[in-house]
Amino acid sequence: MQLKKTPKQPARIAEKLAVAATALIGSTANAQQTDGEWRFSSSVLAYSEPDRVSAAEFIATANKTYGDEGLLDVKIVLDSLTGSSANGAIEQHSAQTFTRPSGKGQFVTQADDTPLDDTFKDTRLQVNASWTNALTEDMRYTIGSNLSREYDYQSITINGEIAKDFFQKNTTLSTGLSFGSDQVAPEGDIPLAFSSMVVNQGQYNSEQDYWQAFDATRTKDSDSITTAELLLGWTQIVNRRMLMQFNYGFSDTRGYLTDPFKVLSVVNNQGITQDLVYENRPDARAQHSIFALTKYHFEASIFDISYRYIADDWDINSHTIDTHWRFMLQDNSFWEPHLRFYQQSAAKFYQPFLTQSQSLPSYASADYRLGDLSAITIGIKYGFQMHDGDRAEVRLEYYKQAPRKSNQPADIARLNELELYPEVDALILQLNYYF
Amino acid sequence: MSQFKLTEHKGFIRIVFAAMASPCEVLIRNTDHEFCMKVAQLAIDETYRIEQKFSRYISDNLVDRMNSSNGKTITIDDEVCKLLEYARNMFEASDGLFDITSGVLRKIWRFDSSAKPPTTRQIQSHIKKIGFDKISYNSNSFTMPKGMEIDFGGLGKEYAVDQVASQIIPLCGAAEASFLVNFGGDLSAYKLSDCAPPWTIGLESPDFNESPESYINMTHGCVATSGNTTRYFEYRGKRYGHLLNPKTGYPVEHAPMSITTFANNCVLAGSLSSLAMLKGKDAETFLIAQSVRHLCTW
Repeated sequence: MQLKKTPKQPARIAEKLAVAATALIGSTANAQQTDGEWRFSSSVLAYSEPDRVSAAEFIATANKTYGDEGLLDVKIVLDSLTGSSANGAIEQHSAQTFTRPSGKGQFVTQADDTPLDDTFKDTRLQVNASWTNALTEDMRYTIGSNLSREYDYQSITINGEIAKDFFQKNTTLSTGLSFGSDQVAPEGDIPLAFSSMVVNQGQYNSEQDYWQAFDATRTKDSDSITTAELLLGWTQIVNRRMLMQFNYGFSDTRGYLTDPFKVLSVVNNQGITQDLVYENRPDARAQHSIFALTKYHFEASIFDISYRYIADDWDINSHTIDTHWRFMLQDNSFWEPHLRFYQQSAAKFYQPFLTQSQSLPSYASADYRLGDLSAITIGIKYGFQMHDGDRAEVRLEYYKQAPRKSNQPADIARLNELELYPEVDALILQLNYYF
Repeated sequence: MSQFKLTEHKGFIRIVFAAMASPCEVLIRNTDHEFCMKVAQLAIDETYRIEQKFSRYISDNLVDRMNSSNGKTITIDDEVCKLLEYARNMFEASDGLFDITSGVLRKIWRFDSSAKPPTTRQIQSHIKKIGFDKISYNSNSFTMPKGMEIDFGGLGKEYAVDQVASQIIPLCGAAEASFLVNFGGDLSAYKLSDCAPPWTIGLESPDFNESPESYINMTHGCVATSGNTTRYFEYRGKRYGHLLNPKTGYPVEHAPMSITTFANNCVLAGSLSSLAMLKGKDAETFLIAQSVRHLCTW
């Protein structure tokens, strides 16, 4: 016996009988095609980098089906970040004093410590809505919008996608476009590129003089970013157990892409910091990405592995390998180990610090996220069905990010004693509840 | 209270009862016994109602009155009219191959070990009593020439599966209890909750003795199987299967051992598998041309 999916051909007899059968047994055949009820899920996520950032995130989703194909999806995300984040300056054998981004107040980093801005605190509210429906029997469209608002940042995105099925729905091709517009209005306004951080160490006669000096390093109070993105997708059902997916994406981002809170240390030939200057990044970024995924359904488990390659004109090229293996148990529960490897090359303007002797480059950033780095995530998820039929999932993950030594052309001997490229460790705990 | 057996399994309850000369079962993804008893009662009541009304083997039911009307017009109800209407569609779509008036041929074809084929003369005289186009009906009356017979047996079990499903959908839907109705291999699965693991269904091997030779997983949809294996006789080296062609009066030759078809209701699945079977050696070609998902064993 062989399971066969037959090619599409004129099916007049079967179609006539289908109409007659529906007339005979009434709505039974269409019982699933009426409007569904709202379905909800919620999720709480805790993210912690010991001694650094911790984040809490709450996600609520609701969706409802309309007719056979219509689907309305609404998602609300509320997250809150607190803690300290590296501000880009390098550590020193002496204590360092920094002005907070707002200009109000200072923080001190002890000798041989990585400078962390401890006022890192933000709450973000994001609302996402999308609508999917059939255009024809084998074509669907999705339109969506995303609004995000936080204290100093707001973003609006609209997107649309068309997908068409071929070969008995075994092949799906899709194309999507999205446009985004962001507004950045950082606390303390936008600093002038490469201007020196004004640090009040008693050199100002009055508060007014200090503020005059601080304001001189500021340009405007807000700026904008626009993003346009194209996505092409190909999903292929290979057989009833195996699925493959390939995506290509291109994005073009323009506007204020600099991080207004990040600085670079300017060191002398002894490696001692002489100045702190605000970073500057190019105002455009073009990114190409390719993605391939394979999913295989075994008797009692589902395995997937994906690879993503992203290349951009900042020279950040990244490779991600991500894999999950879900083992399903008899009682509707499952265990799912997760492993992810990530590696990226540094942006061409990435510099852990500037030296006094060098001429000022057009662009520079010491943000560790733009450097050569690799990361690994190891996690496990457990999902189960509760007594009342609702489903719950618990996910625990460990994330470790390490810079790669190729970052380090430190010809200044003294700097080699310092930890210029600290590692990042994080723990992620997530609870999902579907009802 | 009708007779049934209720057993609890991991994550679902199984109701078993006997009707329509088949083992009937309803599997419900809910382990609340009281709830499942309610579902069982609805399912069984509906099954018995249909059996009582349409079985050829029960005297003085509506079908019996239709078959003994001797050419006179009798009163029928809306449900019978709808079934006749469907049978007419089948008759027309199959160009007369599927005909619920073909039961008279069973009077001359016997499928036991000592049987032999009827004579050409017998066949010719009985073929005259076949033809759905010879009967007339509307929503409340029915007229059939004397000597003809109708038999809803070719649709009844599938119709019962669909009716039982539609009877229990409101109850099961409210409780998000997905279910499977299985009447002797004609089945209907409804997914009524987000988390509904598929039912694993064993497909019997053609000799119906061994353990299932293949399995399918289904969450939502209907399946029906037609077989041509159990009843046949051999006469002078020729095999005569029980599946009769109403146009020739002879058994269909070179039909597959069994055909399983998939559709979104059981009546349709059953019609397509029956029709394909009547196409004999062209059974699978027909299903492929009609884009019907199927399994075929030769």
